[in-house]
Amino acid sequence: MDLTTFLIQCLNALQYGLLLFLVASGLTLIFGIMGVINLAHGSFYMIGAYMAYALAPIVGGTFSGGFFATLAVGLVLAVLLGYVLEWAFFSFLYERDHLQQVLMTYGLILVFEELRSLLVGDDVHGVQAPDFLAGTLPLGELMTYPVYRLFISGVCLVLALAMYFVFTRTRLGMMIRAGSANREMVQSLGIDIKFLYRVVFAAGVAIAVFAGMIAAPVSSVYPGMGNTVLIICFVVVVIGGIGSIRGALLAALLIGVVDTFGKVLLPQASGVLVYVLMALILLVKPDGLFKAG
Amino acid sequence: MKSSKFFFVAAAFVLLALWPLMAGQYGVDLVTKIMVFAIFALSLELLVGSTGLVCFGQAAFFGIGAYATVLLTPQDGAPSLLWLLPACVLAAALYALLVGALSLRTKGVYFIMVTLAFAQMAYYVVHDTPLGGGTDGIYLMAKPVVLGTLLDLDKPMAFYGFTLACLTAVFGFLTLLLRSRFGRALAGIRVNEQRMRATGFSTYPYKLAAFVISGGMAGLAGFLFAVKDGFVNPELISWHLSGEVLIMIILGGLGHLRGALIGAFAFALLQEFFKSEAIFGEFAKHWHLGLGLSIIACVALLPRGLVGVPEQVITRLRGRSGRVRDDSVVEVSHESV
Repeated sequence: MDLTTFLIQCLNALQYGLLLFLVASGLTLIFGIMGVINLAHGSFYMIGAYMAYALAPIVGGTFSGGFFATLAVGLVLAVLLGYVLEWAFFSFLYERDHLQQVLMTYGLILVFEELRSLLVGDDVHGVQAPDFLAGTLPLGELMTYPVYRLFISGVCLVLALAMYFVFTRTRLGMMIRAGSANREMVQSLGIDIKFLYRVVFAAGVAIAVFAGMIAAPVSSVYPGMGNTVLIICFVVVVIGGIGSIRGALLAALLIGVVDTFGKVLLPQASGVLVYVLMALILLVKPDGLFKAG
Repeated sequence: MKSSKFFFVAAAFVLLALWPLMAGQYGVDLVTKIMVFAIFALSLELLVGSTGLVCFGQAAFFGIGAYATVLLTPQDGAPSLLWLLPACVLAAALYALLVGALSLRTKGVYFIMVTLAFAQMAYYVVHDTPLGGGTDGIYLMAKPVVLGTLLDLDKPMAFYGFTLACLTAVFGFLTLLLRSRFGRALAGIRVNEQRMRATGFSTYPYKLAAFVISGGMAGLAGFLFAVKDGFVNPELISWHLSGEVLIMIILGGLGHLRGALIGAFAFALLQEFFKSEAIFGEFAKHWHLGLGLSIIACVALLPRGLVGVPEQVITRLRGRSGRVRDDSVVEVSHESV
């Protein structure tokens, strides 16, 4: 592998890792704070990708034409979806045991997949990146790199920093962290914990939908894409330590590197590598890299 | 209550034995398939319901049993069931020993994920290497024979009888196992592992033994599945199948062997119902929608699974005095994750 390939693969790994982090952060938040295992989280990513394909023509002609309009409308719909889902399904799951959560959210996966099939069909679609983000950018003397992938990395990085800021520096973040530690105590301090949970859940859904939308031009849009992402995100969450945002970031980047370089160096074993990595890490640290409080 | 359980199970097995007399070819084929899945569900019930270990990779052992059946069958002539069946069960049990030895070091959600990870590894091994024939899978050359050609597993009726015998054996074995000292220890681990250790039990070997027995049983189900269809593909190891079998036992009701039986039947019948074109016409190809909605409804309305329905009805009829029963359930229910 020469230097140019190596650097390009590093950037690919970074982009994939950051995107994974975005999806996994919602998963780990919802588990860490509300104690709900949400198998349907991958479906939100799929819904995002299909929005880029199916919503764009309604909003702005094409995804590349009405890029920001589609993103904005998609986000609003995602927040609404998250809010309604929390109200209709998830608010009943907090008191139930994890197995029942697994069961109900598995039911939701089936429902989302079939609704997708009914509404937009089962074909694979490509989505065009917007014109002003198309093409490649020369980086130094050695290589050129697709602008859109840099854009994804940049956006994910900004969102990751924003999330970190909200959690550690704002009143909302403080309430969320307190709510995850002791629900009753926070409630008795006069904070509307039900509303707080609903906000966190809606935010988690919105982030996953957003990740799906911006990933669509790179990964293309296909049935079952949510499940693929879901399993990898579970691996991220478990390696990082459940409920830990910091751990999720590190684990996502690690998996980005292992997966991207695995595909180049060991194409035969690339599917297995991520799971081997996970097994090794858990054997050394059974609670993940950063166990949350 | 105890005699009514016994009556239910006995009636179910009598009904299964009489079924070929009443049903046509389609019915026999369907119930054969369901019985294979019932064995698979029972294997998982031993882990999840009886020991409190939520395994999300059970399909790996099922798939390995199935793949072993096809790979061990020689190119020329039919193998004898007498060595092929134990070999397939052993192959699955050996993988379970490896997976169990490593994954039992972790707990809770981590355990769920590690077992899933090991299943995914097995999936990619058959999916990406020439060994398993890739996505297309491989065909079984010849079906195994018993003692010459005494029992011809190629005949649907003979295979039905053989599967029923396996199901009965597995059910009987598990019933005895759970009543034994070993089974009591597993129940103790499920309720409170800490306390079991404090009383001097070394819990790890018990959990590992349960894991290996469960893997072997799943391998048996895989063997039957491969012989029935004469065909294997990577779908048999996919996490969807692990999810489905988990749903069967939760739907049926955890903590009861008959829950796994009821769950396997209920799940398969729901599937058949929503797939039926006679009822849903064109919409039948979207059968996942109906299945998904009914799963959600079951979770919402039947927190203790189908096994708990009679008790739920009684509680409802008794009104306020039923509340006391509800509390007792909380005490018994285990930390599942």
